[in-house]
Amino acid sequence: MTDTNLRTPLYGWHARHGARFVPFGGWEMPVQYTGILDEHRATRTAAGLFDVSHMGEATVSGAQAALFLDYVATNRVGDLAVGRARYTLLCAPGGGVVDDIIVYRTGPQSFLLCLNAGNTPGDIAWLSEQAKSFDCIFRNASADYAQLALQGPQAVEIAARVAPPAVHLADVPRFSFVEILLSGAPVLASRTGYTGEDGFEFYLRPDQAEPFADALLKVGADLGLKPCGLGARDSLRLEAGLPLYGHEISREISPLQAGLGWAVKLDKPGGFIGRDALAAEALAGPARRVVFFILDDRRVARADMVVSAGGKPAGKVLSGTVSPMINLPIGSALVERAALDSGAALTVNIRGSEVPLRLAKPPLHKSAK
Amino acid sequence: MSSIPDDLRYTKDHEWLKPAGDGTALVGITDYAQTSLGDIVYVELPKAGAKFEAGATFGVVESVKAASDLYMPVAAEVMEANSTLESMPELVNEVPYGAGWILRVKLADPAAVAKLLDAAAYAKLI
Repeated sequence: MTDTNLRTPLYGWHARHGARFVPFGGWEMPVQYTGILDEHRATRTAAGLFDVSHMGEATVSGAQAALFLDYVATNRVGDLAVGRARYTLLCAPGGGVVDDIIVYRTGPQSFLLCLNAGNTPGDIAWLSEQAKSFDCIFRNASADYAQLALQGPQAVEIAARVAPPAVHLADVPRFSFVEILLSGAPVLASRTGYTGEDGFEFYLRPDQAEPFADALLKVGADLGLKPCGLGARDSLRLEAGLPLYGHEISREISPLQAGLGWAVKLDKPGGFIGRDALAAEALAGPARRVVFFILDDRRVARADMVVSAGGKPAGKVLSGTVSPMINLPIGSALVERAALDSGAALTVNIRGSEVPLRLAKPPLHKSAK
Repeated sequence: MSSIPDDLRYTKDHEWLKPAGDGTALVGITDYAQTSLGDIVYVELPKAGAKFEAGATFGVVESVKAASDLYMPVAAEVMEANSTLESMPELVNEVPYGAGWILRVKLADPAAVAKLLDAAAYAKLI
């Protein structure tokens, strides 16, 4: 652990709750408290509380804020209603992914962006530069926010316990958000998440993060709420089939290869950065695809292991772990489309053995055998 | 604080060895090792009769986040692998010096055990 890694406002809180720390994206973050398997299962059966304050935030405001965002984003932004959020990619001219983000429309001419932690400095620099051509103000707002995610079947019930009686958090639709007082603190509560479960992501002032986390743990204790670290965050999102930047999407893996074409609106008026390259790729069909899989084995597939089709190398594993719900290894892989189309049996090389790979549709813990 | 029983011998790769006094020994991984690995989900074990030199890789322990090689502390032949680990790999986390033992081996040279680290020396390492 180096001193140069940043710490979130909850660092001391994590330590007091028995966290083990790892460096991640320039931050010293809790990887686990009671254990990844335990925390993952708690989130799927009750609820988990995650510190995601390492994520970056930015604000865009002004007459051309929507126009600017529609230019840099693959998805539609301009038609977002106030109080609504949307997932989108930011692409480079060649179609590679710069980052995947969530955009929140906080007002007629104002937006909040949530950026991946490791990409934040690059995103800020790149977006600032692009924003200069538009009548808008782009601001790095990361220092203004702590962020907590509350996810699981009991998450909404737990959140409701810290909400004022007049606010019905259960009525907030998925991908909508409200700005209210929770446990006495002004919070932007969005019905979004990165686990495949119901729940909220909370944006709040850094100095209010600890009391808020304490309040949630207290009211959620009898419902089984547990603090969860980045280890469980990763196994949950992989099991749910959600991409992680640097794995399923990157400068080398386009949204179309990653199966995220639904977030790419090629016919957006005015186009967007990367549009022409992606349109050409859509026409030809992506040459390789991200797929998700389950192994009927005990050995775990790990990133960079070679995937073969009919015994011939055809791709590689992108992410791999064990599903704590079905107790089988799961993962994602990048495979040549020709190999997928051929129907040849897929295998992954684990320490010299070719282990059969069963393609599956996420959520992987609910995928039929 | 990591548990380091006094009556065991240790390696710098965080394995422990417990001689039975009759030329056989039990082998496992230390409390420090299981804590570092996190939740263990599978242990790849050798078959009875397999022989290994000191320092040779005899198996693999898979945790949620990574796979780690297991190294034989002293030259030995495998008599038995802990078959309970097949259904309960978490025993290595929960009882690393007891029910979480990994191998029972026949020592090629019982005198070699004295060259392993004692508890005090291992404690200094970690």
